[in-house]
Amino acid sequence: MLAFILKRLTQSLLVMFFVALIAFSMFQFVGDPVHQMVGIETTLEEREELREALGLHDPILVQFSRFVLDAVTFDFGISYQHKKPVADMILSRMPATLELAVFSALLALALGIPMGVYTGLRRNTLLAHVLMTVSLAGVSLPTFLIGILLIFVFAVMLGWLPSFGRGEVIDFGWWSTGLLTGAGLKALILPSITLGLFQMTLIMRLVRSEMLEVLRTDYIKFARARGLPEYVVNFRHALKNALIPVITVTGLQLGSIIAFAIITETVFQWPGMGLLFLQSIQTVDIPIMSAYLILIAFVVVAINLVVDILYYVIDPRLRATRNADPGA
Amino acid sequence: MALLEVDRLRVEFPTRRRALVAVDDVSLTVEAGEVLGVVGESGAGKSVTGAAIIGLIEPPGRVAGGEIRFDGRRIDHLSDEEKRRIRGKEIGSVFQDPLTSLNPLFTVGQQLVETILAHSDRSADDARRHALRLLEDVGIPAAAHRIDSYPHEFSGGMRQRVVIALAVCAGPRLIIADEPTTALDVSIQAQIITLLKRLCREQGTAIMLITHDMGVIAETADRVAVMYAGRIVEVGQVRQILRAPTHPYTTGLMDSIPRLGRDDADLAQIDGAMPRLHEIPDGCAFHSRCPHAFDLCRRRRPVLRTTGETAAACFLFDQERSDDRRHRNSR
Repeated sequence: MLAFILKRLTQSLLVMFFVALIAFSMFQFVGDPVHQMVGIETTLEEREELREALGLHDPILVQFSRFVLDAVTFDFGISYQHKKPVADMILSRMPATLELAVFSALLALALGIPMGVYTGLRRNTLLAHVLMTVSLAGVSLPTFLIGILLIFVFAVMLGWLPSFGRGEVIDFGWWSTGLLTGAGLKALILPSITLGLFQMTLIMRLVRSEMLEVLRTDYIKFARARGLPEYVVNFRHALKNALIPVITVTGLQLGSIIAFAIITETVFQWPGMGLLFLQSIQTVDIPIMSAYLILIAFVVVAINLVVDILYYVIDPRLRATRNADPGA
Repeated sequence: MALLEVDRLRVEFPTRRRALVAVDDVSLTVEAGEVLGVVGESGAGKSVTGAAIIGLIEPPGRVAGGEIRFDGRRIDHLSDEEKRRIRGKEIGSVFQDPLTSLNPLFTVGQQLVETILAHSDRSADDARRHALRLLEDVGIPAAAHRIDSYPHEFSGGMRQRVVIALAVCAGPRLIIADEPTTALDVSIQAQIITLLKRLCREQGTAIMLITHDMGVIAETADRVAVMYAGRIVEVGQVRQILRAPTHPYTTGLMDSIPRLGRDDADLAQIDGAMPRLHEIPDGCAFHSRCPHAFDLCRRRRPVLRTTGETAAACFLFDQERSDDRRHRNSR
């Protein structure tokens, strides 16, 4: 178990190293940072001074190690555009994105799993057919279109929900939350449906196909032959086995929910990290772009690590079995 | 009254064109405490018959005719919930592949306890004590320790012992064992058969032993039913059928068993293959492979008739042969 975690940890560090390399090389290849920072009237001497102050004359390796050490201590430099520390800017945007992402993921799980189980168990009912057909739309419609449609119906036509922003937020230290106010919660509904719809249909279809797969296995037939009640067979024996691959996919999807929040945040002008990233691309604000890249990579890698460990907890076959009989 | 009575059972699997008849007009009985062997090739309808008895035919398959009575009570038309109460409690099951019969995510103890609790009012502690006793009884070494192990930590033979413990845990009066030793090493097979027989003798449990292995039948069963293309072609005492099979198919089966000490260059075999479900011919299903087939076999279907100590479905031993000749002459 420990060896497994250590191995996974090493792999994760390796991935982060390469991501850092890519993030660092952006500074080298996308324009001259000094040009981005100073105005037209800055003299050559002043530029040279700044270059020296920023350490841009140091060997690449020294610069890279400095970059990595800074990143580890959550220091991503100063934004070219806003002249503020990137870390602070991202930190102030992070709660918005995380609340949106987690809420979307919970929505996707809370609706996707029951719908998947239902369509798997009662696959010839009318409702199952309707869900499967509608889910096809969820999988195939692009996120921005869903967002715009939702805004059109619920914000413009019906006027029930706000079309943009986070509504009211309450600050707890550096964390600002919209979950404690009515306006904040109302503002969260449309963006999280937009962001979670694809994941929900994905999870539903995955759970359905896994359920169908598991229900065909011998141990389910044997569980029936043992005379176990139908709900025990379906929900204890079948569902637990069906959920193993769902955990992986959900974990990976949580990473992509955070990453792809960019589009939803843009459609709803949601003040999160994704919106910040898009704005920084428009102004070629490399420190923000590279910091965002590193953070998203970190989140995805961390979630993957957690998923792998969860696998271990759930599936006894993966746990160390030193006292096991041979064979099988 | 027999413990289990299957009366003219017919199982169909509807397809787009027509219904395939997997089990056709099968009647058999199992007496209390008796071991009935059901033997036949793959696809002969043995397993489907077993599945029909416990009410677990894979949809869209269905019981299309006949009756199944257990202890005098008709069980084939019960509700799903009533059938569930019979499964495990009255009729236990052992499946072919012990490697896939157990849920990999639950310990053997959990699977035993849940089965015991599903069929009794025992407390959880009591159920666990019972589970432990059962594991010891089926010969799991260090059962107190292994009860909390997962299936993958057991070998194939040990897993089949666990499966047998699961089959007997609610004290059923009949066990349907579908190829219980087919997936096991030959050295383990005898142990499992011995275990199954011992447990059932102790409890007075009857066994319906489904297999294609005549050797297992010879060692285990009291009576045997030979199935071919969804029908029973011969049924009788094992000793009798082994010594003097009457139906040409049974004779062919016996001749194709290799025997030690007999210096045969070639093993006898039955020419051809069993017809598939959609091409079962009219008349006797075996006629195209039968060395003794005559005109009547192609036209009319023989029924089981007792001839001496066994019953065979074959015109060779039938008065109808002469009846038929008379019938034709009069036309």
